[in-house]
This record gives sequence, C-alpha cells and structure tokens, in this order.
Amino acid sequence: MLDADDLQALRLTAELASVTTVLLLLLGTPIAWWLARTRSRLKGAVAALVALPLVLPPTVIGFYLLMLMGPEGPVGRFTSMLGWGLLPFTFWGLVVASILHSLPFVVQPLHQAFEALGTRPLEVAATLRASSWDRFVTVALPLARPGFLTAAVLGFAHTVGEFGVVLMIGGNIPGATRVLSVALYGHVEAMDYGKAHLLAAGLAGFGFAVMFLLYFLNGRALRSQGAGHV
Amino acid sequence: MNRLVLAGVLSLMAWSAQADQVQVAVAANFAGPFQKIAADFAADTGHTAVAITGSTGKFYTQIKSGAPFEVLLAADDETPKKLEDEGLAVKGQHFTYARGTLVLWSAKPGFVDSQGQVLSKGDFNHLALANPKLAPYGAAAEQALKALGLYDSLLPKFVQGDSIAQTLQFIATGNAELGFVALSQVAPPDKPAVGSWWVVPAKLYAPILQDATVLKKGEGKPAAAALMKYLRSDKALAVIKAYGYGL
Repeated sequence: MLDADDLQALRLTAELASVTTVLLLLLGTPIAWWLARTRSRLKGAVAALVALPLVLPPTVIGFYLLMLMGPEGPVGRFTSMLGWGLLPFTFWGLVVASILHSLPFVVQPLHQAFEALGTRPLEVAATLRASSWDRFVTVALPLARPGFLTAAVLGFAHTVGEFGVVLMIGGNIPGATRVLSVALYGHVEAMDYGKAHLLAAGLAGFGFAVMFLLYFLNGRALRSQGAGHV
Repeated sequence: MNRLVLAGVLSLMAWSAQADQVQVAVAANFAGPFQKIAADFAADTGHTAVAITGSTGKFYTQIKSGAPFEVLLAADDETPKKLEDEGLAVKGQHFTYARGTLVLWSAKPGFVDSQGQVLSKGDFNHLALANPKLAPYGAAAEQALKALGLYDSLLPKFVQGDSIAQTLQFIATGNAELGFVALSQVAPPDKPAVGSWWVVPAKLYAPILQDATVLKKGEGKPAAAALMKYLRSDKALAVIKAYGYGL
C-alpha cells in the first residue's frame, strides 16, 4: 500500500484542496454575483480575466507567480513587509497559486447559477420588503445551491489535479509542497512504476467518483426542482 | 512558368536529399552550447540538427515509448548505456561529449564566497538543487554536501527543481538565495555572468560524464553519423570548453 511519504502527500493534498475550496467559495461568490448582476462595461474584461487560467499553460502562471512572489516582485515585497516572508516553497504559496488557477472552475458555475435565477424571484422578494442582503442570503443563495455544489466539487477536484503550477512554485518539499501529483510525477520520472500506478489509479478513481457524484446529485436536484415547478 | 516551378521543386528535392535533418534530444544543461554547435554544424555540413531539450529521465521514458529522437545527448553516462542494453540505441556508439561542472550559484553578487563558506554559515532560507533522483547535477550536489558534512544540517532548506533548468529559475528569481546548477548555465561565454558562485571542487562529487549515443531511429542516417563526428571536432570541442565543461 501507500508508504509514509505518499500518505503525507495525500494528507497535504486534502488539506490544500479543502483550504483552497473554502477560500475560493468566499472569494468567488461576490465575483460571480457581481458578474451576474452588473451592467458595468468592465464585465467582459473581468469575466475574461477570471477565465484566463483555463486557456493559459500552468507554466505561465507558475512563472509569473515565481516573479511576483519572489523577493523582487511586488507581492513578495508586500508579504516580506508584513513579516510573512516569501510565499514560494510554502503551503500558503500553493494556496494562493491554487486559488488563481482554480478560480474559473468556481466562478463560472456560480455565475451561471446566479444568472439562471433571473430577476423575478429577487423582485418578488423586494416587493415583500426584503433588504438586498436578505434577498441575497435567503433567496439567491438557496436557489443557487446546485451551482455551489458544482463550484465546490470542481474547485476541490481541480486543486487535487493541479500539477504544473505547484511543481513550479512548490520546490517539492515533503510535508509542505509535495502534493500527490508531484509525488506521482517523481515516481514516474524515477521509473518507480509500481508506486506511480498506485497514485495514478487512485487519482483517476477519485476524479471519476467526484464527477459522477456531481452529475448524479445535480441531475437529482434538477429533477426535484422541475417537479416543484409543476 | 510551370517548367520554372517544376525545376525549382526538383532542385529543392535534390538539395533536401543531400542535406539531412536529425532530431536530437539534448540534456537541458547543454542547451546553450548545443545551439552554437548546431549552427556551426549546419553551416559546415548542410545538415540540420533539430534540438529537443529536456531532462534525461524524461527522454528515457519517451524513447522507450517510441519518441522520434535520433541522437541523444544525455546528462549522464548511464542512460545511453541502458538504452544500448535494451536495444534502443545503436551498439558501441556512445562516447563522453562533455564532463559537467557543478557550481554553487547565487543571483546576488557577493553572496557566495570563493571557498563556498556560505554553506557552513547557513545564513539563508532555501538551497535549491535539482531532484537527485532525476538529475545527475542534483545527485552530484547531494554527494558534495555529504562530502562536506553539511547534508543533514541543510536538508530542511532544500528546494528541489524538477530539472537543472527549473533549479536555475528558483535561484534567478531570488526565491532561493543560492543553489547548485551547472557552470554552463551561469557562465555562458556570450553573456556577462551575473551574481556570485563557487565552482565545487571535482573531488567532492563523482564525475558527471555526459554521453552521446545514436538511437535506433537514427541508425544509418547520414546526418546522425555526421553529428556524432562533429561533436568531436575541434570546433565543437572549443565551444564545449568555452561553456565551462571539462573534456
């Protein structure tokens, strides 16, 4: 079975994906809400910016993060000034990278869910004198639940599956930045195919299981919503 | 008009039949010198050498999976031998084209002293090296640190690059204050070298013998044979030396 090093990588990956997903939902919800509601001319630019990690090779993100978060970069100067030190080669550096890299996977399902609500439920709530915060929390959020489920699952799974960026800014440190995908890569490169198969099959199985679960649950949610409307 | 085009096409075909192309898998540390050698090679022989740079371990896996490389310039001497034993390289062709030189390098001027004392002082957060399991220069760095008796104390400061090129990036961006790379990377002859470095004494690590070999896909190809010969020409040797390799 998995040896101690790989178990450590597994634990680290679970931590990274969990922390990243929570932060992504907190950050992604206001962005998605703004994108769904705004009439600003900036909407297109912001949406494109959020979607950028989908089309950029991970090495571009990794390369720029190394520069930005390094001692000469603006982010690096800022984190040093705050006494946090530099982010590359640390767990929190991976969190920052993962948030950037998985942002579209969270914002896009939320954006679509909020847009699908239309204006009607919120207008009805407004006529009942619900404040805008109240409308958001008690009307929009519950109705957008399938969107949140999709966003959380995709954000988590995409962080688990991330490789290029973490390889570039992680430095392969056991217990801090050696996540499953990097450990797997090391096994493949060192031609330790037995260990590699174990991790690769595990990741493939995990990927299938979460995606299957997602489609299953969302399919059910849609059916029950449909039934509710009838 | 048509006849003119036909003549053009025919002469082009005749030319391309003579001037051959060779696909060369080049170890990342040798990318710089190879670019120069390939330019000279093209000018002198008419053949074109197309370089694919990467890590030797990755090349090995790719060659086993049928990659179309015809010549391999490895970062070690084991991989070409292994490929020969497995019937993926032409027997008896491999030879050492360069001997690698390990340096401890920092992007900051004056950070690394000429004796490498900075290592025992330990006044840094991160020491970068290439993954010793995958890269010969990483293994050499590990040996040197062990020989200096500093391996255990510095281990918590290690950050590992996937290849020697990535290791250089960690140091060049200042994220690691210093690290072990190839001399050819930090002191190329055509560019002013920056930062500070210590050439690690050769007695501290096993020689990094970089071997070249003709792969099965390049067997009998004139351009492949010509390149193997050219790598041993005085012109090529001068370039290799200028980049800080031993021979």
